[in-house]
Amino acid sequence: MLQHLIFFPVLLPLLAGIFLLLPPLHGHVKRQRVAVLVVNILLLVSAVLLLQQSIHHEPQMYMMGDWQAPFGIALVNDKLAAIMLLLSAVLGFAVHLYVFGGDDQRGPFFHPLFMFQLMGINGAFLTGDAFNLFVFFEILLIASYSLLIHGGGKQRTQAAVHYVLLNLVGSVFFLFGLGIIYATFGTLNMADMAYKAAHLNADDIALAKAGGLLLLVVFGLKAALLPLHFWLPRTYAHTSTPVAALFAIMTKVGIYSLWRMHTAVFGDHAGELANIAVFWLWPLAVATLIAGIIALLASQTLKMLAANLVVISAGSLLLTVALNSPQATAAGLYYLIHSTLMSAALFLIAGMVQEQRGQAQDRFVRSRPVNQPALLGGFFFVAALALIGMPPLSGFVGKILLLQAAGDAADAVWVWPPVLISGLAAIIIFSRAGTTLFWRVQGASQNQVLAHPLQIAATVLLLLMSPALVIWGGGSDRFLFVSRL
Amino acid sequence: METIYAICVGIITAGGVFLVLRAYTFAVVLGLTLLSYAVNLFLFASGRLVINGAAILGESDVYADPLPQALVLTAIVIGFAMTAFALILALRARADLGNDQVDGDKD
Repeated sequence: MLQHLIFFPVLLPLLAGIFLLLPPLHGHVKRQRVAVLVVNILLLVSAVLLLQQSIHHEPQMYMMGDWQAPFGIALVNDKLAAIMLLLSAVLGFAVHLYVFGGDDQRGPFFHPLFMFQLMGINGAFLTGDAFNLFVFFEILLIASYSLLIHGGGKQRTQAAVHYVLLNLVGSVFFLFGLGIIYATFGTLNMADMAYKAAHLNADDIALAKAGGLLLLVVFGLKAALLPLHFWLPRTYAHTSTPVAALFAIMTKVGIYSLWRMHTAVFGDHAGELANIAVFWLWPLAVATLIAGIIALLASQTLKMLAANLVVISAGSLLLTVALNSPQATAAGLYYLIHSTLMSAALFLIAGMVQEQRGQAQDRFVRSRPVNQPALLGGFFFVAALALIGMPPLSGFVGKILLLQAAGDAADAVWVWPPVLISGLAAIIIFSRAGTTLFWRVQGASQNQVLAHPLQIAATVLLLLMSPALVIWGGGSDRFLFVSRL
Repeated sequence: METIYAICVGIITAGGVFLVLRAYTFAVVLGLTLLSYAVNLFLFASGRLVINGAAILGESDVYADPLPQALVLTAIVIGFAMTAFALILALRARADLGNDQVDGDKD
């Protein structure tokens, strides 16, 4: 039983998604909610068990259908994958709690789509095969396409057109890259690729490099690397609140794939192919951060602000990939967990503010007050502290680790200024947003909308993760063990 | 044979890229279709081109690499589904936004 556990994070959402489409559950919101809650709890339990397994044992290979490596498709559970699984389970659980407040009734098929999305995300974290990574990418993408336009609306359709077309082109690039890699490496199993990277024929080096860099384009598109990130702010700002919160982990799938492919396969050991991505990642990551900072200062709505913060966190994370050291990867992993959970929380807060402010929605304009200023203001304050990177919350620890990782002077010149300035920009825009949304009010509220208790619970759960990360995150030492990819 | 094959894949890809860069959703969807044809052929060639070779050992003296064939099959299915979705989304955008521009603006 326990050796099959590794497949559960993929299998559970798949079966749940299918059963949610069948008669006893389909169309019954209450039954669907119970089923989804059960699946979420099971996902959390299996993620915790897998994390325990990965800490106490060597990385585990699970050969699908018992086909031998490198011919079969492998799932791999190591510490990095297990931590990412836990992250997606926690995020999925919190977002589901929020959704139970009523957002799942705005259109049909919300829960099945959400399950397929979780399946794709978990699969992408677990897979040890590059082509299988493509398949799971497509699963999470096609679910995200439908979730994105869930609830409908002009703005959403337009954002979806860009998002879908860009990602379809991205998929084509992915396949071209994989074709080249298969032609040169003769394998798509990532462990096998890492082994063969150092022993390629001299004739194949240039081709393999092209293949590896094509994959960098694809992962860069997912992770919001500078020239490929323009789809992100609009997409995240215009989709529905819970979907935006879930999407907080989507850019991280791109970062994770970069670690798996460009740190593990094309890493230091790869001979002539060693660190092919680093040359491009350095300037582009810094540029992403700068573009994110400028866009952040120009944000006009709370959701746009949150979306631009996602770009900034993507830039910081790409810097850790470019730094290419165990410390940097450890810092990156800590920062990744923190930024995913906190941006998700900010999206949820933005959603509640939007509902309570009526016509002004979440725009930064003088308007009627929200109905629960103390509650929402408090949430906003905590999320802002965490995202700016103020002590005592996790953002502070994350940024310290990041700055420490850029140890030597040559790297520090590139890393310190943009990271520190992004904190300053965040302080400015958060104070502007907070004062406008909660203090510069006129008149009385016109609606009686109150946040649903489950929506509050979901936000509290996410926000509590920040102090939890500080207390049990254990600084960089705890994360160093995963960074030996 | 390889040269002709490569030139064909290249031409289809170039056509696909050209169409994807158009401003109309219909042209873009056509471009994506062409690109997915091109990538399928490309994947097929990644196991090297073999004539008269079975994909099963022992059936003939020369054999073809079966893995790219399996990859192509998967890629075809996924590409087909994605194109269908893109087409429906393009129709929806045409209805919601009132025109078939990718950016949703008339000019």
